[in-house]
Amino acid sequence: MPKDEYQSRDFRVVGTRPIRPDGIDKVTGKARYGADISAPGMLWGAILRSPHAHARIKGIDTSKARAMKGVKAVITRADFTHQPEDADMADILDNCMAGDKARYDGHAVAAVAATSKSIARAALAAIEVDYEVLPHVTDVDEAMKPSAPVVETGRQQENVPEGYSENVTGRSQYGHGDPESGFEKADLIVERSFKTAATHQGYIEPHACLATLGSDGQGDLWVCTQGHYMVRNVCAGVLGLDAGQLRVTASEIGGGFGGKTHVWMEPTALMLARKSGKPVKLVMSRDEVFRATGPTASSSVDVKIGMTKDGTITGATASYRLQAGAYPGGIAFLSAMCGFAPYDLENVRTEGFEVMTNRPKAAAYRAPGAPMGAYPVESVIDELCQKLDLDPLETRLKNAAREGTKSSYGPTYPAIGLEATLNAAKSHPHWSAPLGPNQGRGVACGFWFNFGGDTCVSLMVNPDGTVSLSEGNPDIGGSRASMTMMAAEELGVPLDQVRTIIADTASLGQNEVTDGSRVTFAVGLATIKAARHAIQIMKERAAMTWGIDPEAVDWRDGAAHPAGPNAGKFPPMTIKEIAAIASNTGGPIAGHHEVNAEGAGVSFATHMVDTEVDPETGAVKVLRYTVFQDAGKAVHPDYVEGQFQGGAAQGIGWAINEEYIYGDDGRLQNAGFLDYRIPVASDLPMIEPVILEIPNPGHPYGVRGVGETSIVPPLAAIANSVSRAAGVRLTSLPMSPPKVLAALKAE
Amino acid sequence: MVAVRLWGSLAELADGQQTVEIEAANLRQLLDGLARDYPALKPQLDRGVSVSIDGKIYNDAWATPISEESEVVLLNRLVGG
Repeated sequence: MPKDEYQSRDFRVVGTRPIRPDGIDKVTGKARYGADISAPGMLWGAILRSPHAHARIKGIDTSKARAMKGVKAVITRADFTHQPEDADMADILDNCMAGDKARYDGHAVAAVAATSKSIARAALAAIEVDYEVLPHVTDVDEAMKPSAPVVETGRQQENVPEGYSENVTGRSQYGHGDPESGFEKADLIVERSFKTAATHQGYIEPHACLATLGSDGQGDLWVCTQGHYMVRNVCAGVLGLDAGQLRVTASEIGGGFGGKTHVWMEPTALMLARKSGKPVKLVMSRDEVFRATGPTASSSVDVKIGMTKDGTITGATASYRLQAGAYPGGIAFLSAMCGFAPYDLENVRTEGFEVMTNRPKAAAYRAPGAPMGAYPVESVIDELCQKLDLDPLETRLKNAAREGTKSSYGPTYPAIGLEATLNAAKSHPHWSAPLGPNQGRGVACGFWFNFGGDTCVSLMVNPDGTVSLSEGNPDIGGSRASMTMMAAEELGVPLDQVRTIIADTASLGQNEVTDGSRVTFAVGLATIKAARHAIQIMKERAAMTWGIDPEAVDWRDGAAHPAGPNAGKFPPMTIKEIAAIASNTGGPIAGHHEVNAEGAGVSFATHMVDTEVDPETGAVKVLRYTVFQDAGKAVHPDYVEGQFQGGAAQGIGWAINEEYIYGDDGRLQNAGFLDYRIPVASDLPMIEPVILEIPNPGHPYGVRGVGETSIVPPLAAIANSVSRAAGVRLTSLPMSPPKVLAALKAE
Repeated sequence: MVAVRLWGSLAELADGQQTVEIEAANLRQLLDGLARDYPALKPQLDRGVSVSIDGKIYNDAWATPISEESEVVLLNRLVGG
């Protein structure tokens, strides 16, 4: 068996709950986030944004702003003289600074750098932009009509059938069998349409960066991001720089959830720095975060499912239409892949449409597209269970995907954990707890892929035998803790002898973004292999000291040992003793590993939630919530539980309160946390996490990703709970009091 | 020959075939063979795809071996959050 495949073992460190290494700095305010970074002589940047949803830019007069005292640079798109050949890169440039037209309310049209924030704001007010307002479209169904205003022509892929607006840029289909023949075998068919609103990831820390860029092309960028290598590569591509001349350092990060997997303003900061010759700090306001950085897509979905009286699903179809914002791309294909993925179906077909609208470019929100994929499917399954008087957990178990199931998106599953989550839910006390008046209990399943990708880790054994570990992924979910634990586990040393840092882009090779729930899997794999590399070197050093073959040396409990009686009688050499004589035995000791860690294991979850609906006001209160999810192996269970709880909490907001509200003028009406209401502590019950561990065969410790699957089931689980409590099926998110009240009155 | 399953809208661009056969022993040969034998697929291949080989998903690792018995499924290029 290759050593990077799963091997059962007794863990010493992995699976324990040590104090988190970043905790003290964060609670004492010492941790340095994006806006905390400053430099001598630094200027303040600010961005002027379009007040129109769609407008041609006929001209920009910056002369008054440039003449103001304290203003050191004013830029527009004309200053970005490098035009990227790559279409995606050109879109990013256009999103960071509009070209011939503004595509959404909040689109950047100019920027300034000044000696103070107030001067920068005053300079923005002095810039005169001549707009020709154009017709706009913000609703996904409206945008698909042939008569809709077109955001950009010529971007439609070859897979889009005739008859749609050019706003429809892509279409994907998945499935197998013949759903129509499956529907003929059904005892009951339910067909419904659903809508979900665009919601923002709601990270507490706004986007922030500090940039320097000299006339020689050398630059530094300190930035709050989920992927500083991605930021480096994109900024270099947009500005025509050599990637090697731009060093990017990731700050601490106050949340990302997919919203910080993109570049929204960093090229602007670099351009201001180049033009002014000074360091420039750029920090978004909350208004800018809402208006100009990607919320997740809104969706419009049609689902049809047929079921026999015994609960067997005989046929299933779904059509997903997701708005992608003002540029091509989108995630409807992921909705189409994920919606039915938990089930073993003979006849299933899904399709996804990617649709441009005059909204900010949509971004991932944890598992992109999967919540919108699961919500309509799980809602209709729940309705079928209600109408056929079936147990919703038993029905899901009856149709559950398992090892050997041909998934709805094509591949045959290896060992997976869906059944384990359903069985755990069935036997949990929550399932049999009594409910009161106006209360309902909902369950739903969810699926996500999890990724690997390019990863580099270096592990240095210091002269005193302590260990410094460098990884290249911003720590958004506890990766410094989990890498420290895996390195300590492998080396056989105490946890406090290892410290993990996030290295800058000049210190390690390419690393993928912290996304796709990839870090504990992929960086963990690289950490284990880097530790094994260092162990191999230390075994060689011990062998040299003892005058025996390296093959005759074992490594255990943090020390080299003769492998057996034939190897000779030598006292063990600890890592500290080997490190102390490293200069005498060949030089410094370091292990490293670079890998494209493909082959991550998929993940499933089942969520169970109780809600109470106030029949007078339509308000929904979440009473009890339990998450059952397969983690493969929970390296630090506190963090895993935090991911489970965080996904559920964000799902509660998405299901009940949160939505982007646009006026008829195409402008965002609620760009702030006062009017865009995310859940606060008083809105949430204790969310009970139940960790299941079905080892991933592709990881030495069995680790799967956990960060994204937890956002997939909540929308449906809460909708099912509220629908049962209210006695009427809710089909539009958020289930805000006015909507619930209207549904109650209509019943 | 390796049997490669295409997603629905790609099958429309491969003469309506849901499954096509390609001479390939690894991922790179598979992607090159698809573009060569089914030129209408090239725009999507250029935009990027993921490939499931025996239930594991790969994006870029050209040398990943594929046997004639392997289950190979072409997927949209996966992205995460």
